[in-house]
Amino acid sequence: MADKVEFELVSPEKLLKSQPVDMVVVPGSEGDFGVLAGHSPMISTVRPGVIDVYEGDRIVDRVFVAGGFAEVTEARCTVLAEEAVALTDLDRAAVEKQIKDLSEDLDDSKSDAERAAAESKLAVARAKLDALSQGSAH
Amino acid sequence: MPNLKDLKNRIASVQSTRKITSAMKMVAASKLRRAQEQAEASGPYAERMGRMLSSLAANVQDSGNGPKLMTGTGADKVHLLVVISSDRGLCGAFNGSIVREAKRQITRLQGEGKTVKVLTVGRKGRDQLRREFASLIVESYEDVGRRRLGFSDADMVATKVLAMFDAGEFDVCSVVFNKFKSAISQIVTVQQLIPFAVPGEAVAATDEVKPLYEFEPDEEQILAELLPRNLSIQIYRALLESAASEQGARMTAMDNATRNAGDMINKLTITYNRTRQAYITKELIEIISGAEAL
Repeated sequence: MADKVEFELVSPEKLLKSQPVDMVVVPGSEGDFGVLAGHSPMISTVRPGVIDVYEGDRIVDRVFVAGGFAEVTEARCTVLAEEAVALTDLDRAAVEKQIKDLSEDLDDSKSDAERAAAESKLAVARAKLDALSQGSAH
Repeated sequence: MPNLKDLKNRIASVQSTRKITSAMKMVAASKLRRAQEQAEASGPYAERMGRMLSSLAANVQDSGNGPKLMTGTGADKVHLLVVISSDRGLCGAFNGSIVREAKRQITRLQGEGKTVKVLTVGRKGRDQLRREFASLIVESYEDVGRRRLGFSDADMVATKVLAMFDAGEFDVCSVVFNKFKSAISQIVTVQQLIPFAVPGEAVAATDEVKPLYEFEPDEEQILAELLPRNLSIQIYRALLESAASEQGARMTAMDNATRNAGDMINKLTITYNRTRQAYITKELIEIISGAEAL
């Protein structure tokens, strides 16, 4: 097997993951990108979505992130996430309820700021649901 | 001569005070450990964020048009001070020193003819500042992180600060908080948040070693997202430092209080025993002289 890339997932509250992996697929804001060892250095924003961690050809870990930033160097891939949950820990019913609540919030919102806040939360919740639907297809 | 019964009551009350203070000390010690762990856990994120920022900043500074959060509004008329204190007392000079520093800053800035606005986190700081500078306080938060300090707490404060900045309500923002050095020593620190100063040396030093990054989307856009995040993380760090300092200060204060209560009990016990002996002696003298008189 080729060289491994050091994958780090960090949230403001703690260092969630730090391990050498074969490949990670990160949902960049301009499209998903895979990172293998020796990737050219880059910095990208991350949209709400799922990070897939590959070991060989298999996905060993799927983590949902609610947006953030990714820094890629030749030997390392660091993702700064605002919120990160393992996909298996997401509960479909809870997410659906959250979407419903947030849609109501959106309808009730009075100011532009409230509206924007509700919209961004809703986008995150929708992305969670998408991730779940995808996950079950696997 | 002091009354024996009063002395006894006094001793009992000081003893129960000692019990309370020593229990508070233990609680503070365990909370301190938790707060320290939390502060350490937030280190990696802040460190990587700093690394990313400095490489981004190096790129943007060349192009000369950075976002306002970094370059400032070009004026420095209105200052916003974020004062972080605790909700509860009994933690020694913790809140006193924060408030003193905040007052010093306010007077200094006002002396320079600038307008000052204050945003307080924590009940104690608000109460003490309100006496003198009630008109300056624009917003205050209480019960921040009462159970467990989360990133969302810091985000809430940061969102408010950003909204004010976008509305052009201030030009420069600094945070005043207690930096945790050890359980017995906390350092009052004033840190500038907006405009955000990228450490100049770090940029210069990493220029050669750092590979040239590709950016997706472009630098300006990433920076525009990264800087508000960075503000939240800086406030989060300040809140964590302050929480650890608070527990450290409380632990030390309660340790002193426990020791003082111990000393007081010793003194009172000696007085009590002396008084008791004096009473007995007095009674004996009375009996003997009564018998002799017969």
